[in-house]
Amino acid sequence: MRNKVEVKNLNLYFGEKHALKNISLGIPEHSVVALIGPSGCGKSTLLRSMNRMHDLNSTVRIRGEILLDGHNILHGNTNPVKLRRRIGMVFQKPNPFPKSIYENVAYGLEINGVTEKDKIREMVEQSIRGSSLWDEVKDDLHKPALDLSGGQQQRLCVARAIAVEPEVILMDEPCSALDPISTAKIEALILRLKERFTIVIVTHNMQQAQRVADYTAFMYLGEVIEAGRTADIFGQPKQDLTRNYVSGHFG
Amino acid sequence: MKINVYLADRLASILFQVAGWLSVAILFGIFALLLFNGVKAFAHVQPSEFFLGTIWNPAAYDRPQYGIISLIFSTLLITSGAMLIAVPLGIGTAAYLAEMAPASVYRFLKPAIELFAGIPSVAVGFIGITVVAPAIARIFGLNNGLNALNGSLLLAIMALPTIITVSEDAIRAVPTTFREASFALGASPWVTLRRVTLPAALSGILAAVMLGFGRALGETMTVLMATGNALAFPNGFFDPVRTMTAAIAIELGETARDTTHYYALFAVGAVLFVISLVVNVLSERLARRFRYKNE
Repeated sequence: MRNKVEVKNLNLYFGEKHALKNISLGIPEHSVVALIGPSGCGKSTLLRSMNRMHDLNSTVRIRGEILLDGHNILHGNTNPVKLRRRIGMVFQKPNPFPKSIYENVAYGLEINGVTEKDKIREMVEQSIRGSSLWDEVKDDLHKPALDLSGGQQQRLCVARAIAVEPEVILMDEPCSALDPISTAKIEALILRLKERFTIVIVTHNMQQAQRVADYTAFMYLGEVIEAGRTADIFGQPKQDLTRNYVSGHFG
Repeated sequence: MKINVYLADRLASILFQVAGWLSVAILFGIFALLLFNGVKAFAHVQPSEFFLGTIWNPAAYDRPQYGIISLIFSTLLITSGAMLIAVPLGIGTAAYLAEMAPASVYRFLKPAIELFAGIPSVAVGFIGITVVAPAIARIFGLNNGLNALNGSLLLAIMALPTIITVSEDAIRAVPTTFREASFALGASPWVTLRRVTLPAALSGILAAVMLGFGRALGETMTVLMATGNALAFPNGFFDPVRTMTAAIAIELGETARDTTHYYALFAVGAVLFVISLVVNVLSERLARRFRYKNE
C-alpha cells in the first residue's frame, strides 16, 4: 500500500527545546495509524505538524519534510489554509462551536465555498449520519451543540471534520474525555471511516490502539522508537523500550 | 485568640456589607433627590410642555420655555454619532490587539490606549476647541466648527478606550479550541475571527458598546466646551447643540434656588438618570441572553 503521508527526518523545536528528533514515518493510505507513548513524548506535537497547527505558535521551528501525496507540506509555498481542507482534525476535548448542531457542520461547507442551501442541507445530513449521530439529533438540529453530551459532541466534531471531505483525519486522543460507551462508539466509527479516509490517531490507551489501528508507532522522548503492524508492536516488539512500554512497565 | 479572629471576621463582613448597601442607598438617594426636586417644576410647567416641547429657553424674559426634547435629541445625536465612529473602530482595534498584533506592537499600543482613558475630559475639550473644531470648519467650509460633529468625534475618542479594553477581554476569553477547530476546517484567520471568535465574544462586546455608550451619554465637560451650546433645536451634525449634561452644568450655577428653572434642571437630571439606567439594564440583559455555556 502506498503512503498517503510520509514524514522524513522531521525535527521540531519549541524555542530551545528539541521536541521531535529526526522522525521518519509512513502513513499508508486508507489505514489507521496509532501514535502511542508516554505523556510528553511528542505524539501530539507530531500529529499537529501534519496539518501545520504549529503555524499559530511563533516559537516553533521545524526542519525536515512531511509529504502528502509526495508534496512537501512544510514548504513555504504550501498554503496552510488549503492544506487543512485536505487534512482534517478532531481534538482531545470535544470543541463544537457555540452554534447550533446544524451550523457546526454547515460552517466548514460554507467557508469552503458551498453556497446552495439544499446542497448544504444534504451534506450536513450525510456527515451526521456518517458519524453515527443522526438518529440521536435529527429532530434537534437547530438546538445548541453545547447541549449535547460529551460523546455526542465528539461525534459532532467528527461529522464537522468529514463534512469538508478531507483525505486524512488527525485525531488527538479523541476519547480521553469520554466514558467507555461513548469511546466504543467512536472506535466503531473510526473503523468505518477508514474506508474513506486515512486516519492518524494519538492515544494513551494501548487497548484502543490494538482495537482500531492497523499500524502503530511507539514514541519516546521525541523519537519514534519502533513502528510497524500493530500486532507486531504489541506481540513481538524488537526494542526493549517498546516491550517495556506495551507490557505496562512504565508510561 | 480564636475569639479575636472570629470577631475580626464578623466585623469585616459587617463593614463590607454596609459598604455594599451604602452604594445602593446612595444610588436611590440621588434618584430620590432628583425626583423630589424635579417634580416641583411641574407646579408651573405643564408635563406635556416639558416632555414634548422642543424649545429649551428657561431664561427667556417674556415667556420661558422648558421643552426637554431639544436637549434629549442633542444628547442622542452626539452620542449616536460617537457610537457610529467608536463601535466599528473599537471592535476592530480590539480584534487586532487580541488576535493579530505582534508582541512588540502590543507592548506599545496597549498601555497607550489605557492611558487614553485617563485623560481629563477638560483636556479633550481643549483639543476640541483648538484643533478639531477649526479642522471641521475648514474641511466643510463652515465659519465655526463648534457643533454636534465635533462633539461626536471627541466623545468617540473618549469612549474608544472603554470599548477597546472590554471587547479585547471578551475576545481573549473565547477558548482557543474554537479557533483551532475553525482553522482545522480550512478557515482563514479573517473568516475565523468574523464567524467564530467575534460571535462567541458577542456578549462581552455588547457590554463594551453599552459601557462606551453610557460613558458618552454622561460626559459633560467636553460637550460643554466643544459643541457650541446653542439652544436652538439642531437640524443635523453641523449645528451647535446643548446636551442635557451641558444644560445642567451651565445653568444650575446661574439659577436662583427654588425657582421653576432650578427645579426643571433637576427634572432633566432625573430623565438623564433614567436613560442611563435603561442603557445599563439593557446591556445586562443582552449580555445574559448571548452568554453561552463555556465549558
